[in-house]
Amino acid sequence: MSTPEVAVVGFAQAPCLPSAGTTSGVETLVPIFRRALAEAGLDRRDVDFWCSGSSDYLAGRAFSFVNAVDAIGAYPPICESHVEMDAAWAFYEAYVKILAGEAQTAVVYGFGKASAGVLRRVLALQLDPYVAAPLWPDSVSVAALQARCALDGGIVTERAMAEVAVRSRADAAGNPYAQVFGDFDVDALLAERYVADPLRVHDCAPVSDGAAALVLAGGDRARQHPRRAWISGVAHRVDPPGLGERDLTLVPSATAAGEAAGLRGALDVIELHAPFTHQELLLRAALGVGERVRINPSGGALCGNPMFSAGLARIGAAAEEVMSGRARRAAGHATSGPALQQNLVCVLEAS
Amino acid sequence: MRRLRTCFTGRVTAPPLSAPLNISFDYTRSLGPVLGPFMTGLRDRRVLGNRTADGRVHVPPLEYDPATHAPVTDLVEVRPTGTVTSWTWTDRPLDGQPLDRPFGWALIRLDGADTALLHAVDAGARERMHTGMRVRIRWASERTGHIRDIACFEPGADSADRAEAAGEPVTIMTTPIRLSYTHTTSEDESRYLRALAEGRLLGQRCPVCRKVYVPPRVCPADGVPTEEEVTVRDHGTVTTFCVVNVPFAGQRLDPPYVVAQILLDGADIPIPHLILGLPADRVRMGMRVAAVWRDPASWTTSPENIEHFRPTGEPDSPYESYQEHL
Repeated sequence: MSTPEVAVVGFAQAPCLPSAGTTSGVETLVPIFRRALAEAGLDRRDVDFWCSGSSDYLAGRAFSFVNAVDAIGAYPPICESHVEMDAAWAFYEAYVKILAGEAQTAVVYGFGKASAGVLRRVLALQLDPYVAAPLWPDSVSVAALQARCALDGGIVTERAMAEVAVRSRADAAGNPYAQVFGDFDVDALLAERYVADPLRVHDCAPVSDGAAALVLAGGDRARQHPRRAWISGVAHRVDPPGLGERDLTLVPSATAAGEAAGLRGALDVIELHAPFTHQELLLRAALGVGERVRINPSGGALCGNPMFSAGLARIGAAAEEVMSGRARRAAGHATSGPALQQNLVCVLEAS
Repeated sequence: MRRLRTCFTGRVTAPPLSAPLNISFDYTRSLGPVLGPFMTGLRDRRVLGNRTADGRVHVPPLEYDPATHAPVTDLVEVRPTGTVTSWTWTDRPLDGQPLDRPFGWALIRLDGADTALLHAVDAGARERMHTGMRVRIRWASERTGHIRDIACFEPGADSADRAEAAGEPVTIMTTPIRLSYTHTTSEDESRYLRALAEGRLLGQRCPVCRKVYVPPRVCPADGVPTEEEVTVRDHGTVTTFCVVNVPFAGQRLDPPYVVAQILLDGADIPIPHLILGLPADRVRMGMRVAAVWRDPASWTTSPENIEHFRPTGEPDSPYESYQEHL
């Protein structure tokens, strides 16, 4: 890999809450823009490019992201873009924009009020619109079909899944933005009833309202900052959309993204965007995450899953590990689509 | 998306106002050379897959071969029976799902296919679901060429249903999408709506640029919340307008009529509203207008408390007075 040219220099997030804020997200974004830019030592007028991830299906109205631009203060006119995906993919767009020399600084943000509708029903509409979405298969049931495949294949166990939940919730106790946290007992969790057999409540991320913002800088602008996490590689890949077309226990797109991003090598910490416990186990295998790597010190999406910013927040949390000096090399992962269909990997380094 | 209903219901205490927001839209999709025959087959109680270059039969069919990228034209009929390759159980079905009683979701590999189809299984009880179980299609009684022509699957190893051709090829499918939300306003918007319920128009001033926004909002030029409350008059000036001549679904007035941008006295951003009380071709930029309120007994936390604006007869405002607000 060549010398990194782009770094994360600021990150802020809103607390993950079961219900908070307006459907537009504007009032939630104002304070986190302020905090992320303050950490980066930038004025909003110093930002060359703004890029967001959100979805009209969460807000229930068309072009909802335009409303959120109010939070920026878009005067004088700004350069702005948007993806209808997790903001981790907006991060990718901003990263490429800086690499291409079209911007030196960028703010990437994601937001959404997942609680405004019935999230697991709304997410049925991300499926194939001819043969799947008209049946309204909810996102928890789709994940359960994947978990069943992994259980039947002997790749995961319900106990291993519960252990992921227990570790995540314990780690989240140190994360002031987490929605679910605390000490739990594996056997007690396994005694709970199923919400979508074989998934129990602890296997599923909560429905979270929230937002996150991350500041990028390139070249000399990055070198000026004392706190920075250099991006040594980013890549994203996608698997076929048909749920019955692929082996749901493998995540080839995550494997390919990890290889393309240069994930291989010593890693101190990785933040995996796994909204379901079995998905963390599948991702660890697909990405080849070693035993010594610390997984999700933030508690991960299982403890707070703000739609359209949870993936970006994984990159932000990994970057904070590097910026704080706790890690020399870290990775952030984001997923989008049903059953880990799309995956993005970002590798961050101290120097 | 079409907005069906929004009405803001007031509360006595401070929490932001929220209201149901129900939207619906019929998605009409053309089907093409692969999904067209597939949907036509379902109407005729026949399941068609297609074969890719590697010899695998895909159900649902693929439009393009993922390995060669060539169109997949080799259609293959498969059996209406199959094997469950994965499953889960739903105790409380959601609106729109295939069954309104507890049921299983399953990935089902139909006999003759190499890939699995997602659908519902009417198994009656969770205990009857298992990987490897044999299921058969239960056809819908009314079939139109849609994935819902398969009502669901049911336990069973064989099927006596016979296919029957029933008309022209299906080329279009329509899927109604209905979604329900709770729309939540900001605290500032809530104050504005509550003031409306008292017959007042409330603005807020940006602490940076000093402009007054009606309704209040985060200042889009400065990115900061507006703070200082400013009551604005229900009189104002037409900045620009359009004459509506086109009829449309849900229209409440007979065309032609005028929708205008009205700069209320004391505000820096215009609001849209109707101008009635004079012929449409007499409305002009700079015209002075006043709000016509409905009966106070009917006021709610809604902009509809103002029925329309009417001309006041005052002299027109000079262009310079509103040129910054167009």
